[in-house]
Amino acid sequence: MKLTQISVFLENRKGRLYDVCSLLGKNNINIRALTIAETESFGVLRIVVDKSDLAVKTLKANGFVANLTDVIAVEVDDKPGGLAGILKIFADSDINVEYMYGFVEKFSDNALLVFRFEDTDKAQKILTDKGLKVVTRKEIEGL
Amino acid sequence: MDVPFWNKDIETADRSRLEEIQLRRLREIVGWALNTPFYKKQLRNAKISSPDDIRSLCDLKKIPFTTKDDLRINFPRGLLAVEMKDVVRIHSSSGTTGIPTVIYYSREDIENWTEMLARCITASGAARSDIFQNMMTYGMFTGGLGLHYGAERVGMAVIPIGGGNTKRQIKTMKDFGTTVLHVTPSYLLHVHTKLEEAEIKREELVLRKAFTGAEPHSEDIRKKIEQVWGIDVYNSYGLSELNGPGVAFECIYKNDMHLWEDGYIVEIIDPETGQQVKDGDSGEVVLTNLIRKASPILRYRTRDLAYLHTDPCPCGRTHRRLSRIMGRTDDMLIINGINVFPSQIEEVVMKIPQVATNYIIQVEKRGELDHLTVKVEIYPKLFLGDPSQLEALKGRIIEDLRSAIILHPSVELHEPNALPVSEGKAKRVIDLRPKE
Repeated sequence: MKLTQISVFLENRKGRLYDVCSLLGKNNINIRALTIAETESFGVLRIVVDKSDLAVKTLKANGFVANLTDVIAVEVDDKPGGLAGILKIFADSDINVEYMYGFVEKFSDNALLVFRFEDTDKAQKILTDKGLKVVTRKEIEGL
Repeated sequence: MDVPFWNKDIETADRSRLEEIQLRRLREIVGWALNTPFYKKQLRNAKISSPDDIRSLCDLKKIPFTTKDDLRINFPRGLLAVEMKDVVRIHSSSGTTGIPTVIYYSREDIENWTEMLARCITASGAARSDIFQNMMTYGMFTGGLGLHYGAERVGMAVIPIGGGNTKRQIKTMKDFGTTVLHVTPSYLLHVHTKLEEAEIKREELVLRKAFTGAEPHSEDIRKKIEQVWGIDVYNSYGLSELNGPGVAFECIYKNDMHLWEDGYIVEIIDPETGQQVKDGDSGEVVLTNLIRKASPILRYRTRDLAYLHTDPCPCGRTHRRLSRIMGRTDDMLIINGINVFPSQIEEVVMKIPQVATNYIIQVEKRGELDHLTVKVEIYPKLFLGDPSQLEALKGRIIEDLRSAIILHPSVELHEPNALPVSEGKAKRVIDLRPKE
């Protein structure tokens, strides 16, 4: 199942990341996973949150530049070679990973990873076919 | 001191003789100007339909001012006074709104300009035994070729190296035993900081003089250059509308620039009222070119602020001295010797859809050189969440600016409403360079 990732443009200014996090906190929105893509002069914050609709509305209302992207969160065996195993499946199925990052927490013994695929639908189908556990929207909301 | 002259007779001519020459040449140039549709109309409004209507130098004041806008509106041939077959050179500068300006030179015009430059070079004490490294940009800009011709006329050995490539500049100074430079002051200071990197010591060079121009600079900057390099530095003034470099130049006494009054008529006006200021007061420099017939320019508003010295110079030249340029009456920026109008930058960034409406232009010193940063806000609807998209956008803005203004700026991307909202154009410009 696809999840919604929110990308936020962050200009190179002190306290800008704090501004985003504190705004989400005040609105009782919980960040489940995050990563920052940075360049020398700006950054893009990528987050998966429990209440994505509210988060986007709040961010935009407060002047942030935000955009939505489909991602998939996959459970991976938390042991050596776990990630390699799943990447092999993608490689064998000719599925291109654009970027990935880890969850802040996990809700079983498995690790949770967020993937952004070049072709999300195709990736989703392979994951289902192979019987891999993906995180549902409901699970994210109640995590 | 032994004062060198190129043309002592004219350079020391008394005022009445200078004014006689001015009147004769003004009549000639008005005759050429009447060949152009633009001046025909301007002069008709001033009730001048033939050179005979100029009876004394006072009649000059009847002629309306010419502005940069006039040159732009009449691009490319509205101010051409001779047939194209008589033109031997074309110089052009980029315009503030995309429309450039152009200046034509006949063979005689180039000859006159070259003579003026030979005077300038000689006045500084440089001579045919010198080896001259011309570090100004060649091409459509008049700074490079102008001095090149003057230097050859004097008989110096000219190295037409042009601008940039610092290590090669230093190596060339050493290889050929350069004694005289022509360069922007900021670049000359920058080159000094690179001597060590080039693994060449100052003692290995035989430099003795530099002509600095293309950007206004203070007496302090001159002293600094003279001190770090151990050379004599001479200030130079010119603009392509008035041929190029060589309108005014310092002599060996280095007490501001003799303006060649047989070639140019100078007026200093109050930029608000257009009236002449009192002798010695500062104001906008207005110049009439008496020695170029292909592109005649009468009473040109340079937008440069300066004053004329009233006291004589110990060198004996009678041509009055123009002070250093103290500022501009418009918003033109001079960045590493290149003229940039904020409107040129605005035009580039506003053409790009991913950019919102607010922007800031910032100029500062990085080391000895000027650095331009353009800050823009991104347009939220076109943000796709992808940093590489933003990097590409930044790259495009840099590339577009580089081709419009020649300079290589830094570009910063900002969130909407992050930049201070400004009312006038001037507020968008933050100049952090130390004020002289």
